[in-house]
Amino acid sequence: MSTPLLEVRGLRKAYPGVVANDDVSFAARRGEVHALLGENGAGKSTLVKTVYGLLRPDEGRMMLDGRDYAPASPHDARQAGVAMVFQHFSLFEALDVAENVALGMEVPPPMRELATRIRDVSETYGLPLDPNRLVGTLSAGERQRVEIIRCLLQDPQVLIMDEPTSVLTPQEVAILFETLKRLRTEGKLILYISHKLEEIRALCDWATILRHGRVTGSCDPRQKSARELAETMVGSELALPAAKTREPGEVALSIAGLTAASGAAFGTELKDLFLEVRRGEILGIGGVAGNGQDELLAVLSGESRSAPDSIMLGDLPIGSFGPNERRALGVLAAPEERLGHATAPDMNLIENAALSGRRRMGMVSRGFVNWGKARAHAEHVIEQFDVRVPGAGSVARSLSGGNLQKFVIGREILQQPDVLVVNQPTWGLDAAAAAAIRQSLLDLAGQGAAVIVISQDLDELMEISTRFSALNEGRLSKPRDTDGLTLEEIGLMLGGAHDLEIGQGLSAPDRAVEAGETSP
Amino acid sequence: MIRLERRPAPSRAWAWATPLLAVLATMVAGGLLFAFLGKDPLLVIRTIFWDPILGEFAFYYRGQLLVKAGPLILIAIGLSLGFRAGVWNIGAEGQYIMGAICGAAVGLAFYPLEARWLIFPLMVLAGGLGGFLWAMIPGILRTRFNTNEILVSLLLVYVAEQILAWMALGPLRSPDGAGFPGSRNLRHYDSAANHELISGSGMHWGLVAAFIAVILGHVLLSRHILGFNIRLAGASPRAARFAGVNPGLLVLTCLGVSGALAGFAGLFEVAGPAGQINIDFNVGYGFTAIIVAFLGRLHPVGILLAGFLMALTYIGGEAAQATLGVPAAAIQAFQGMLLFFLLALDVMTNYRVRIDARARA
Repeated sequence: MSTPLLEVRGLRKAYPGVVANDDVSFAARRGEVHALLGENGAGKSTLVKTVYGLLRPDEGRMMLDGRDYAPASPHDARQAGVAMVFQHFSLFEALDVAENVALGMEVPPPMRELATRIRDVSETYGLPLDPNRLVGTLSAGERQRVEIIRCLLQDPQVLIMDEPTSVLTPQEVAILFETLKRLRTEGKLILYISHKLEEIRALCDWATILRHGRVTGSCDPRQKSARELAETMVGSELALPAAKTREPGEVALSIAGLTAASGAAFGTELKDLFLEVRRGEILGIGGVAGNGQDELLAVLSGESRSAPDSIMLGDLPIGSFGPNERRALGVLAAPEERLGHATAPDMNLIENAALSGRRRMGMVSRGFVNWGKARAHAEHVIEQFDVRVPGAGSVARSLSGGNLQKFVIGREILQQPDVLVVNQPTWGLDAAAAAAIRQSLLDLAGQGAAVIVISQDLDELMEISTRFSALNEGRLSKPRDTDGLTLEEIGLMLGGAHDLEIGQGLSAPDRAVEAGETSP
Repeated sequence: MIRLERRPAPSRAWAWATPLLAVLATMVAGGLLFAFLGKDPLLVIRTIFWDPILGEFAFYYRGQLLVKAGPLILIAIGLSLGFRAGVWNIGAEGQYIMGAICGAAVGLAFYPLEARWLIFPLMVLAGGLGGFLWAMIPGILRTRFNTNEILVSLLLVYVAEQILAWMALGPLRSPDGAGFPGSRNLRHYDSAANHELISGSGMHWGLVAAFIAVILGHVLLSRHILGFNIRLAGASPRAARFAGVNPGLLVLTCLGVSGALAGFAGLFEVAGPAGQINIDFNVGYGFTAIIVAFLGRLHPVGILLAGFLMALTYIGGEAAQATLGVPAAAIQAFQGMLLFFLLALDVMTNYRVRIDARARA
């Protein structure tokens, strides 16, 4: 067995109040896709940031190719042959691909030469990309290719990928995996961070599993079941949400022919939407971020107004109603951005309870706020949803993501909505918190409410929703029952082939080609 | 290396300690400044902070303190609502001038009719309305055309000053003034005068209005849904939209209230201590009130205290100029330092200082 290319020994990194990495050791060889697996907050990102020179460890050492490796900055790391593709892209939308790549280089070659090199690399590794396209017009998957190509142009030995598939469609995931496999055959080491178990089982040769900043196990993921991996990751038996068998009731809310421009620059216009959600069902809306999710939530919550009869609550046109008028009627929403949209970061939980509950919980009479009722609501949410805080007087930003999300979801559910719309309810949450939130959404639907879940996590949508629809470039596909829906079909829906029934005669240009090979 | 580290939650202790520390730091830095000017720093500080309250001539200064603090508090309460909501009305000075002009014009229109029950209330209303309408200009420009209310409201101060000069020289000039600029003196017109309520105390209706504003402001911010919406919009505009707050309406409300309060302050000043509309009527209360609002932590009770503190530096500063020959610019620098230190120390509310021993290597 050859010596490891990258070796990490006894790494420790502590922040005030939390030890992000504690005595972390692992070794990885050339030609290996090495998974770093763990829940959010397990310390994966801290670990790779240390390897990439963004953080300096408090203790421990690293070896690269048998030599001591202690990068003081990402620049050092790149010099040593370590490159990283971040979860969040750092690209300028108003510049084209080649210009963006040039901005990341120490000494950029002339533009024409660079464009040629980008084409070469993109062909060699099967990453279709036109160097002259404006980044603002690229999909998330294409933007990721820009980042990957930017790294590959440095000819790295180690490529770190931080949750690369979180923004990709299944087809794009398949392309990415082909690229990574090709890099593996060239003898490169890929450090692959994810909490998606199936992906890791399909791609990776070895996995180091982290929990609470410590290594809790390492294994060949192909030899283990997803459940075994998950249990090493979470440290306890997973409770899967209860089944979702239920007869849906009458239509609670419907959207007909809604078109709405986005308020934000580079936002997505909603185009000719049709949607129906019934009592007792969860309608899952999938799609890659930036395809109109925020806009759809705003239209449903009342933050964006539309023509009165474009949105109907039963027989009542509510398109022109504002958020509080809709809340009074039982239409509630929980936005994706926990801090700064669903809650005011510097306000405490009592005030944040009044933020959305003022109308429905009778907290305001004659213009005066009854803070006692607001406190009671906040404390009820904290208790019912197991929000771990010192008290209702804590400010929102002092809560961890999972706890705040439980508060945000609980705040709406305990107002007993007739229709609840949530966007990314479990984004960035650990498995236990995510399961609790999914269960509460299922319970709510079980009590006869209509629930719309907008999410990028397809596994989540398949698990809890009764029907599934995909949002793509502001258009919503025709909803399908989730039972019996295959990954290929979902992929096609996400890719924008709306006329799924016609099957072969797809006209969506390059996406249809990519759709050819899906299942990993 | 010294690092600033964000606190998980804003520190309450620091929020209340920073104004006091800022005053202390201002005394130290100001003392150094006075020492460089060849004055005895302790004597100057004592003249500014001590003599107006407890010195030999305090009986006179105490009244002056109320006269100065009244408009500062009244204007600052209005401004603080906007500042809390992220609506930056920097033009209170202009609204103050326009309130004074409108109120005085109503009073002068009735001259020499004696009917105090009618004329004075009308003047107060006109004063508030004048300030309100002047503040609506930046308000409507912002909500309609997305202009910046900071620039518009500030520039309108200079427009208001031109109007003031024109009024003092033209339409409102006293016919009995022998051609001198300036209107009739409202203090000599009983139905329109804002007299002292208790002779020699400095207490006038403007101060009563300021106290009422403090109480209403406090109730509004702590109990009323509008106050909650104001705080919410300032803390997180997107969350405020989600909560159903209409941002345009909130901008207009904040500018309107602060404009009206500044207008009231102008009216009480022109009908009382100043007496007449004249070219030099405005002395910068509208700008100083910005310091008062921040010094008082945008909190009504804090503003009440800060208003008196600022008034003290004015009165004491004048005394120091008169008796010790400290230049006026030095006093202004001294007052400016107060805001400067306050904003600098404010960092401590949200951050704590860490001294990073390892990074020194």
